[in-house]
Amino acid sequence: MNFLHLLARNRLALAGLIVMLLIVLLALITPLLPLADPDVTNTAERFKRPFEDNAMLGTDHLGRDLLSRLLWGGRLSLAVGFASALIAAVIGATIGIVAGFYGGRTDNVIMRGVDMLMAFPYILLALAIVAALGPGLINALIAVAAVNIPFFARNIRGVTVSIAHREFVDAARLSGMSDARIILTEVLPNVIPVIVIAMSTTVGWMILETAGLSFLGLGSQPPQADLGSMLGEARSALITNPHTSIVPGAMILVIVMAINLLGDGVRDALDPRLRSGALSRPMPNTLVRRKDPVPETKIDALLELNGLKTQFHSNGRIHKAVGGVDLCVEAGECVGIIGESGSGKSVTALSVMGLVASPPGVITAGAVHFAGQELLGAPYETLRRLRGDRVAYIFQDPQATLHPLYTVGRQLVEAIRAHHPTSRANAHERAVELLRSVRIPNAEMRIDSYPHEMSGGMRQRVGIAMALANDPDLIIADEPTTALDVTVQAQILSLLSDLQRERGLAIIFITHDFGVVAQLCNRVAVMYAGRIVEEGPTDAILNSPAHPYTARLMACVPELGRGRRELAAIPGLPPVLDMLPQGCAFADRCHRVQDACRTGNISLSAIDDERAVRCIFPETPAMDKAQ
Amino acid sequence: MTNALKVSELSKTFAVGKRLFGPPQAHVRAVQPVTLTVRKGETLGIVGESGCGKSTLARMLVGLLEPSGGQIEIEGEPLDTADPATFGRKIQYVFQDPISSLNPRKTIRQIMEAPLRHLHGMSKERRARRISEIFSAVNLREDFLDRYPHEFSGGQAQRIGIGRALAADARILILDEPVSALDVSVQAQVLNLLSDLKAKFDLTYLFISHDLAVVEAVSDRVAVLYFGSVVEIGPAEQVFSKPRHPYTKLLADSAPVVGRPLTAPEGRETELPDPLNPPGGCAFCARCPRALNECATERPALARDASNRMIACLNPY
Repeated sequence: MNFLHLLARNRLALAGLIVMLLIVLLALITPLLPLADPDVTNTAERFKRPFEDNAMLGTDHLGRDLLSRLLWGGRLSLAVGFASALIAAVIGATIGIVAGFYGGRTDNVIMRGVDMLMAFPYILLALAIVAALGPGLINALIAVAAVNIPFFARNIRGVTVSIAHREFVDAARLSGMSDARIILTEVLPNVIPVIVIAMSTTVGWMILETAGLSFLGLGSQPPQADLGSMLGEARSALITNPHTSIVPGAMILVIVMAINLLGDGVRDALDPRLRSGALSRPMPNTLVRRKDPVPETKIDALLELNGLKTQFHSNGRIHKAVGGVDLCVEAGECVGIIGESGSGKSVTALSVMGLVASPPGVITAGAVHFAGQELLGAPYETLRRLRGDRVAYIFQDPQATLHPLYTVGRQLVEAIRAHHPTSRANAHERAVELLRSVRIPNAEMRIDSYPHEMSGGMRQRVGIAMALANDPDLIIADEPTTALDVTVQAQILSLLSDLQRERGLAIIFITHDFGVVAQLCNRVAVMYAGRIVEEGPTDAILNSPAHPYTARLMACVPELGRGRRELAAIPGLPPVLDMLPQGCAFADRCHRVQDACRTGNISLSAIDDERAVRCIFPETPAMDKAQ
Repeated sequence: MTNALKVSELSKTFAVGKRLFGPPQAHVRAVQPVTLTVRKGETLGIVGESGCGKSTLARMLVGLLEPSGGQIEIEGEPLDTADPATFGRKIQYVFQDPISSLNPRKTIRQIMEAPLRHLHGMSKERRARRISEIFSAVNLREDFLDRYPHEFSGGQAQRIGIGRALAADARILILDEPVSALDVSVQAQVLNLLSDLKAKFDLTYLFISHDLAVVEAVSDRVAVLYFGSVVEIGPAEQVFSKPRHPYTKLLADSAPVVGRPLTAPEGRETELPDPLNPPGGCAFCARCPRALNECATERPALARDASNRMIACLNPY
């Protein structure tokens, strides 16, 4: 969505924008309007009320026309406010970019200087600057700009530091660019939105500060009017002739309010975090909007997914992340879901417990039965009781799933007590036991560690311990070893395998690695473009894949111990999920494709008692040998 | 055959706890003095787990990090690290994360033109001709040139990254985990493209990865890095099938392989040694199943064995 569209969605910001446009327009055309001279005094006409004679807003203590002074003064105040914001932004951003880009000692020296500037109360600093330079509007402008430089410098430095370490900056350096060119062409374009945001939120403040200095007589000098000095001059007549202060006061209020509303809107529209919807609070459950009747469970499995469809609705487009998945998991069984990114494997797993963020996620069809109970239509409280108790998750990045500010012990105790009210001491003892069961050495000591004090492998063990906290029946592990080194991965996998056998756990193991699936899972489901394309016992599928996608994907993976060789690749790219083709989603990349593949709905059909494949022309073992 | 790249005693030390004035509180050795040669036209694979110093080594080779000691020679000439422009014409780098290595606010054309303009000072027409040559070499359509990076998939973006490295016309490419952010099916496409380009443009590769199988599949020789030093170098077909250093064996046994039962090859704690307090002897000693008494005190040097492999171990397999 474009910037104006986003801005207009915020009603208050839109109102601010309209008011600001009117005020700026008025300020621009002021010299063309048939106004009285703002500086001509006429004491005979002093303190006229608004609408008395031909003075629309009355006159002040020297009989000058208030409307004319208001427009000329407002024009001046706006100009000074914008000018000082611009000066502060340019100087502050330059300081911030230089400090953030070069880092090290340069950064340290510059930022300590900025800190010193910030240590003074701002109004005192502004007064000191004006006192040193002498009163006058230009000097007030300099003072207000100087006082606001540290705000810009600090903001911009923070952003620059994160950009200066991005890979594209290194790449620019390797392309032979000089530092100055990198700053101007690589860093600056990425910093400008932040500068604009900072400016839009501070212009109002700077107009106020300038008005404040003028009010104290340090800004614009008589007879020249700006909003602050008008207020200052009207102060003595505040009680007897309130209109002289109300007129400039109301103008300041309107300008600053409009700018601040607009500034907030600009920030919301430009800030990438807000734009991606990160701050829109997701609901506790995934939204379920099923039109078709809910499928009944036919079998007596621990977990059964029936025609599950999960979509993401955003910006008027529908991404069919999961397009009808049937899967069942028996107690004590380990089922692998294998697929590439975007195949819908994680969304399938998150849909089970209603953990897909809504908005934008919507479950549009299907049913999830856990131990005979339908979960998708279940109220939040039912799901909450099951989450972490009967069904637990292990995620890919333990660094992101553990809270950085609490010890792992405290997080484990919380996980236990959330479902089983017990004393803290009991829970603590149980937590130590859990850490021991995931083979963390020195469990009694380690329980008081913070996540950052542990290695990636240790953190993932804590993640597993947390999943085990309430003796669940089912663990859903979403790429739990992808972020780990191979030696650590081997240990985590053997730990999971032992736990599964000892405790009779059922595991859904999501991965993209055939080696891992082969070692851990009894059954495997291969997913492509949101649907299962092949399902069956792991050995059978790995030995003779039936779906062309499975076969070709396996051929892509180099196996260790075979030396240097050419790898088989699958040409093309997976289809985009908001424009899935008719028929088989793999057809465009398939070497066995025929016309029939591109029409109708191809169903997942059984090829023997245990295996099913979604293909009209599956690979056959005989053909494999012939190739 | 001549050496394309020769690294002697290259090391990197980072200061920890920097202060505004005075010396830092401690030093951490990320790369111990490393000596390596890469022959012309060869692919040298470098494997190691996180924290072994492989990226630090790579960044020193392309001048993004200043080495603390040692020399880099390219085609027999010592490398001048001062001028990035001469540097960039000799050796280039392909980044791990294809999307974040492209500036989100520039078009692909602007990105591709940068090395041609700043390294080779080409005119507008010559740039356009060169870009279209490179794009056809990396199998990309030219209408991609006026789009922005976020419009591309990981595999396409990585091809653009490779194209940019080619544009500099360097003979040596450092490939730092070039496929680990990509999906399996796309990974194979990019690896095969790299192998075609190597033959076509007569390139030399340094291929860094944590994925043993990928490194083995693309490399002529493989160097195994542990805790900042090379522990084993040998021909790719031998290093993992007949490992000699205990750490190489641990790596090879840990890789999940279809058809091999699950074993945890190591029972003990797997932490790396503390970099602030490095061990006196062999860094792998505490984890090693074949450790001798002298391993704790004596640091083994990289030595050549009968089959022309180099191993840094007192008691190899």
